[in-house]
Amino acid sequence: MPEPLTITINDQTITVQPGGTILKAAAEVGISIPTICFHDFCTANALCRICVVEVEGARTLAPACVTQVAEGMKIHTQTDRVRRARRSILEMLNASVDLSDAPEIQEMMHEYGANPDRFPGAATHKQPVIDDNPMYVRDYSKCILCWRCVQVCAKDAQYTYAINFEGRGFETRIGTFFDHPLPETSCVFCGQCVGVCPTGALKPKRQWLLEQGLSADEIVQTTRSERRRKFRGTLRGESPSVPGETQTKVSGGQP
Amino acid sequence: MIQPDRTVSTTCPYCGVGCNLELHLKGDFIYGVTSPFSSVVNHGNLCVKGRFGYDFIYHPSRVTTPMVRKIPQSPGARTQAFDLNEWTPVSWDEALDLTADRLVEIYRRDGPHAMAVYCSAKATNEDNYLLEKLFRALFRTNNVDHCTRLCHAGSVVALQMAVGSSAMSNTAAEVIYNDAFIVTGSNTAENHPIIALQMKTAVEKYGAKLIVVDPRRVEMVNWAKLWLPLKPGTDVPVFSAIAHVILKEKLHNEAFIRERTENFDEFAASMEKFTPEYAESISGVDRNLIVQAARMYGGAHNAAIYWSLGIPESSHGTDNALSLINLALLTGHIGRKGNGLNPLRGQNNVQGASDAGAMPWHYPGYQRVDQEANAVKFEKAWSIEPGGLDRQLGLTTTEILSAVGPAGVRSLFIMGENPMMSEPNLNHTRKNMEQLEFIVAQDLFFNESSAYADVFLPAASWAEKEGTFTNTDRRVQRVRQAIQPRGQSRADWQILCDLARRIEARLGRPSSAYWDYQHPAEVLAEMGRLVPEYAGIRYERLEKEGLQTPVPDEQHPGTPILFEKTFPRGRGKFHRLDYNPSAEPTDDEFPLILTTGRVLEHWHGGSMTRRSQLDDLYPEAIMEINSADALLLGLADLQAVRVTSRRGSIVLRARITAKATPGVVFIPFHFYEAAANLLTIDVLDPLAKIPEYKVCAVRVSPAREDELVDSEARQTRGRY
Repeated sequence: MPEPLTITINDQTITVQPGGTILKAAAEVGISIPTICFHDFCTANALCRICVVEVEGARTLAPACVTQVAEGMKIHTQTDRVRRARRSILEMLNASVDLSDAPEIQEMMHEYGANPDRFPGAATHKQPVIDDNPMYVRDYSKCILCWRCVQVCAKDAQYTYAINFEGRGFETRIGTFFDHPLPETSCVFCGQCVGVCPTGALKPKRQWLLEQGLSADEIVQTTRSERRRKFRGTLRGESPSVPGETQTKVSGGQP
Repeated sequence: MIQPDRTVSTTCPYCGVGCNLELHLKGDFIYGVTSPFSSVVNHGNLCVKGRFGYDFIYHPSRVTTPMVRKIPQSPGARTQAFDLNEWTPVSWDEALDLTADRLVEIYRRDGPHAMAVYCSAKATNEDNYLLEKLFRALFRTNNVDHCTRLCHAGSVVALQMAVGSSAMSNTAAEVIYNDAFIVTGSNTAENHPIIALQMKTAVEKYGAKLIVVDPRRVEMVNWAKLWLPLKPGTDVPVFSAIAHVILKEKLHNEAFIRERTENFDEFAASMEKFTPEYAESISGVDRNLIVQAARMYGGAHNAAIYWSLGIPESSHGTDNALSLINLALLTGHIGRKGNGLNPLRGQNNVQGASDAGAMPWHYPGYQRVDQEANAVKFEKAWSIEPGGLDRQLGLTTTEILSAVGPAGVRSLFIMGENPMMSEPNLNHTRKNMEQLEFIVAQDLFFNESSAYADVFLPAASWAEKEGTFTNTDRRVQRVRQAIQPRGQSRADWQILCDLARRIEARLGRPSSAYWDYQHPAEVLAEMGRLVPEYAGIRYERLEKEGLQTPVPDEQHPGTPILFEKTFPRGRGKFHRLDYNPSAEPTDDEFPLILTTGRVLEHWHGGSMTRRSQLDDLYPEAIMEINSADALLLGLADLQAVRVTSRRGSIVLRARITAKATPGVVFIPFHFYEAAANLLTIDVLDPLAKIPEYKVCAVRVSPAREDELVDSEARQTRGRY
């Protein structure tokens, strides 16, 4: 057994095992640090920085989700500097991303007194919804680039590598290689990405249609007519086909 | 943004992994599925079927009213009726009375052997227990089987012979503790996607070495240290050669063999002939790969074998499975964490349906029907007069249809199965179906089989009823009702109890086997009193998570690892093996081997997935063929081809892909438009009675585009 470490969080002295993060150590003593991009079942990357805390002696704020505890560390999770950083992060997110499907982030804005109008006229990530497959839609206007979807598509779960970051700086976004429609990528439509999306950018198609105001019956109808439209149209060759008469069939009964 | 009216925790209705689902509902509409990340089975991960493939329950072709055929059907002149106009909607009373009248009439006239039933690996433990009880207790027949016969029967029989238990020995999630593991006859990434994720994690993050033994270059080969591309049907030589090398290089576990096994000497002598050179000459697998695989598996501290239907679905399926079991006994890779013999079960509840006695040779809990003590036990439990239960082994799935005729099987009850898609040599199956006097189908849809029925009983789907499924690693989990049964449909267990009471009254049976259950929990409790492995399972214990059988009492926490101290039969038994070729060799006329299987997006006969958005992703049958064979035949990619065997012929597109090895073509069996089982051979394994789906000889020739049933059903997919 390695030697336990002694640290203080918000003036509370505790002993913890080495190798853990500040986020976990704080949770063990009931101190909650806000997170957005962090997910228990994904690799933490400290992308959103909402979990920053102040560590005495450190020049910069430390992201609690990846910073490991060290002997004698003195940590403060709610100083003015920390709260100001979190507030600014929320205000910038809110200025560029549609957070209407992210109630937890909206609640954080309230808690940290974030001003939704701090950056009027800021550039946004607004873009059309991508509806290129029967299973789920991608509304990247709502994407905060938390990286969870990319990671579960890769080594955090699925090992499929269908999506990744593309672009640089503010132009960074999640996409497929050469922007191919999802069915033409290696995507297996497991929807692990949908399962970890924190802001409703990825959403089951049926849920999305329901939100568009369609009734359940209409949704069943819509998906069927779409099926006809999409898969009767996109053909190679023009030859109109007639079912062969020599074909041995089990039946013609299925839809 | 919408908030769900409610969420319901339940278990996935597709494969044997048994993923935990949270259904999100608005009214009676399921609009989304998530999975709890705390799930011990799937850790929040799902596959495309589990997450998106549940919409079949709302499909417009769902039949939700009891139906009776307008034109009376007679043996020999029976037809399929897919159109609603060919049926008369009736009340439940009418449908059940008619069913009871006709079944009792046939039973009275022709006796127990005229009765037969297909239970369902898609239905719950309770549904299956009640249906086998109905046919055993009321019609006194053991002609009770389900699709396990077409699936893992060879594995089940082999495991019973060698160790005395037939299920995965270890928990799927233990794969991360393997130092080395063999995956054979399993396209795990497509057919057990969540177990495949755990296997990939084992390789990528825990350093496990994977050996794939498969005639196809399946996705798991991407993660493998070794791939042994054997010719279909040559499993016994390959695995016996691995045993041969382990023996020669003294990698076997002498202490384990001495203390826990028997018949080693006879087995070892029979392995003498299986040199790597001999195995290579039969299987085409490089001898060096066999030697490396033997060292990797035999030399590992923890090693396990995972297999699926490539092993049992063969005319020597039992031998194939025995060749794997021999390896585990030889090395002692069993009875410990991160080891084991793990047949990956296909259906969501094939383990449970088998446990519940939906089998012709066994009462619930694998208690042989031909052993007097067992029969007496069930006679007492079901209030049957002494000597009342049949002591004869019943007919298996394939035998039931072969036995149709004036002196044989006259009536068939089909609950949620589709033999007209899943039996081998479908033209032959069709002839037998047409000779039946009376067919009852209890299903959601008019599929290829229920369309043959006289009476259609509309069943509730998995989202509309309560119950339990038992997954591939023996975990009994709850299925919960999320929505009201659609239309007039009813839960299978309720239909069966209603029907049983009517049959009982007509037969005038003096005492009752009991059919007045208020809730499936009572059915499971009754099953627990009769099946020692289920004795400690109660619904209230399954609230948070499932329990792994055996659960001998109500305090027992369940059994993640089997055979830690002993085998159910005492000592594990080695079996001597010889190589038997597949039934149908290739020749000049039929030069290619056809092997069949499944794809990620679809499920078996297609009753569910082809009525789902899943069909949009994968709308047509496609044959896989290697470029070498395609070149010889002059085929272009995605060209229409005709595939012909001695039994039938189909037309579909051919995809040229390295996933197929030279000389072997692959066709999935989900598509009625080009049903692979029109081609397959109905030869059976002599012990397990499982058909040889994985090997038959075919000819491929170019076809015209207009010979395809639906040439426009295409979807470009990057992953294929």
